[in-house]
Amino acid sequence: MSGGKKLSAAIVGPGNIGTDLLVKLLRSDLLEVHSMVGVDPASDGLARARARGVEASAGGVDWLLAQDTLPDLVFEATSAKAHLANAPRYAEAGIKAIDLTPAAAGPFVCPPVNLETLADAPNLNMITCGGQATIPIVHAVSSVTPVSYAEIVASIASRSAGPGTRANIDEFTETTSHAIEQVGGAAKGKAIIILNPVDPPMIMRDTVFCAIPADADTEAISASVHRMVARVGEYVPGYTLRAEPQFDGPRDIWNGNARVAVFLEVRGNGDYLPPWAGNLDIMTAAAARVGEQLALEKATAEVEEAR
Amino acid sequence: MNDGGHVANERRTKVAAAEGRTPAKIRITDSTLRDGSHAMAHRFTEEQVRGVVHALDGAGVEVIEVTHGDGLGGSSFNYGFSLEDDIKLVAAAVDEAANAKIAVLLLPGLGTVEDLKRAHAAGASVARIATHCTEADVSLQHFAAARELGMETVGFLMLSHRVGPEQLAAQARIMVDGGAQCVYVVDSAGALVLGDAQARVAALVDEIGDEAQVGFHGHQNLSLGVANSVLATQNGALQIDGALCALGAGAGNSPTEVLVATFERLGVPTGVDVQGALAAAEDVVKPFLHRLPFADRGAITQGYAGVYSSFLLHAERAAERYDVPAHEILQRVGEAGYVGGQEDMIIDVALQLVAERDRADATV
Ligand SMILES: NC(=O)c1ccc[n+]([C@@H]2O[C@H](COP(=O)([O-])OP(=O)(O)OC[C@H]3O[C@@H](n4cnc5c(N)ncnc54)[C@H](O)[C@@H]3O)[C@@H](O)[C@H]2O)c1
Repeated sequence: MSGGKKLSAAIVGPGNIGTDLLVKLLRSDLLEVHSMVGVDPASDGLARARARGVEASAGGVDWLLAQDTLPDLVFEATSAKAHLANAPRYAEAGIKAIDLTPAAAGPFVCPPVNLETLADAPNLNMITCGGQATIPIVHAVSSVTPVSYAEIVASIASRSAGPGTRANIDEFTETTSHAIEQVGGAAKGKAIIILNPVDPPMIMRDTVFCAIPADADTEAISASVHRMVARVGEYVPGYTLRAEPQFDGPRDIWNGNARVAVFLEVRGNGDYLPPWAGNLDIMTAAAARVGEQLALEKATAEVEEAR
Repeated sequence: MNDGGHVANERRTKVAAAEGRTPAKIRITDSTLRDGSHAMAHRFTEEQVRGVVHALDGAGVEVIEVTHGDGLGGSSFNYGFSLEDDIKLVAAAVDEAANAKIAVLLLPGLGTVEDLKRAHAAGASVARIATHCTEADVSLQHFAAARELGMETVGFLMLSHRVGPEQLAAQARIMVDGGAQCVYVVDSAGALVLGDAQARVAALVDEIGDEAQVGFHGHQNLSLGVANSVLATQNGALQIDGALCALGAGAGNSPTEVLVATFERLGVPTGVDVQGALAAAEDVVKPFLHRLPFADRGAITQGYAGVYSSFLLHAERAAERYDVPAHEILQRVGEAGYVGGQEDMIIDVALQLVAERDRADATV
């Protein structure tokens, strides 16, 4: 492996997400790209990878596992169903999987919330684009006041949702809902995704609604939300608040709870699709962060061993 | 007396006679208890559901749709919380109906196959799967599941005015290939004006007519729900949606009782008793309404600007909360091209209007 690069990584699924991730991994000082793997020989994504000098094959996971040198990591960007079929094969081959589909085969990871506490699990799930955009905010609110219910609405441009995304819409809503609870810290979670075909395409938008106690400290909540937006902004610079968090007083139909609503915009880096496709960035930047964290952990372990 | 309807009907009858068939029977699906849920802020009681189902069933309506206005799983901050759980209301409707089938609506991205299974277990037998008019392929999981459950399937292409007839027909094709037995042209914004509705229905009939039926779901924002429905049937639509007292989003839906009376005058069989439908509207629904659907400035703006009808009450609430005009919110929402489900953007637009007003005030 060249230079300071610590781990090699293959990408399986050369679609929107896979291609955007490839651009990010090629910039990484810590990760080396092993290959891009698909199933369709006519795939644009495979051609794009080759054009960037990356080995690319339409031979699927069979091809990948038949290579003399296997990667340390595989980033999965196919669909939830495909990942559930592939996951045991990676595990058997000793390849750690970072799963960008909503298959939820492994524990959920949301970098600003739980990157440092990553389990040694062989499979890490990156939840969903909407989850990566909103769960940090749910966590920011729930770390200040109890959140009995949190609901998120993610709107993305149709053009950025490939067939892989469209084939696992239910998995999106279910996985995001579970992660709002397990990672976000809400007692109950709900997720909604909307594909909007407007042209020119709309920038990814996310809204977070949290039910909070009637006497919750609104200033503390706002401050916590602002801090979290800055943290996510470290790896997705186009992650911003559209307006100050909005507080609505308690209502009977909200079981006597009050509500905070947070309106987010996620402008992307334009690595693959133009900046409106922030949904690609929020996911691929988070996944790349996880890969780099694993590489750093390996580097630290090597230093310790050398002592 | 204007005999336009009779002339059209005569032509239709003549065409039918020449082809050796009588005018096809139209199936009315009543959506008072689903689209009407918007106008009720999703606060239907079980007693109201039972009353409406009893009356519609007695009048001979074959399909009655019961769910939150935004479909299964719609109960939320974004769309409004239901007073009663959908599944409980579906079960009550099934219990009350002697003959009618109970339908449920599902929007992929909000409701899931799990929700559909629960509705089916409660007795729902028609699955209506709705997507934006360009996004039919997100419904494939749900059509497959519905067919597996043995449910009748209907596809709903929402905001059908946003694309032309050919593109709409291509999306209908995706739904039929995925398992839809009927696909509706859904005029969610009440924005289709006569020939617009006609051309879309005709294109769908051409594309899928041999394998599946075509339906039409109209809104009254430009007062054309019934007229568009008649044109739809004259172009081959076999399923038509309505709601009693027009109860529905925006200025409301094509009123079921008006549809039934109009079709009867046209000699088009619906199997629904006119007096029964009139009584259901007058004696059962009207007494519990807080407000009758009406083409006010907000609703007309929706038809005119092509805005999703369900946004109306949300815009009115945001207008009140932030002290900005509802019709301005709706106009902006239309310009931004927001689609069904993006109710959160209404608050966002209201906040923008407030910010603009504050900036203008600051410069005075
Ligand atoms: N598009 C987004 O905004 C977004 C954001 C976050 C996560 N995701 C998730 O990422 C995944 C991919 O989404 P996408 O929008 O990039 O879809 P896509 O259809 O553009 O990409 C999927 C790619 O995987 C390939 N593929 C399918 N099965 C395969 C297999 N068995 N082996 C190898 N390659 C295979 C396809 O040929 C295609 O190139 C989905 O699970 C989606 O939910 C998407």
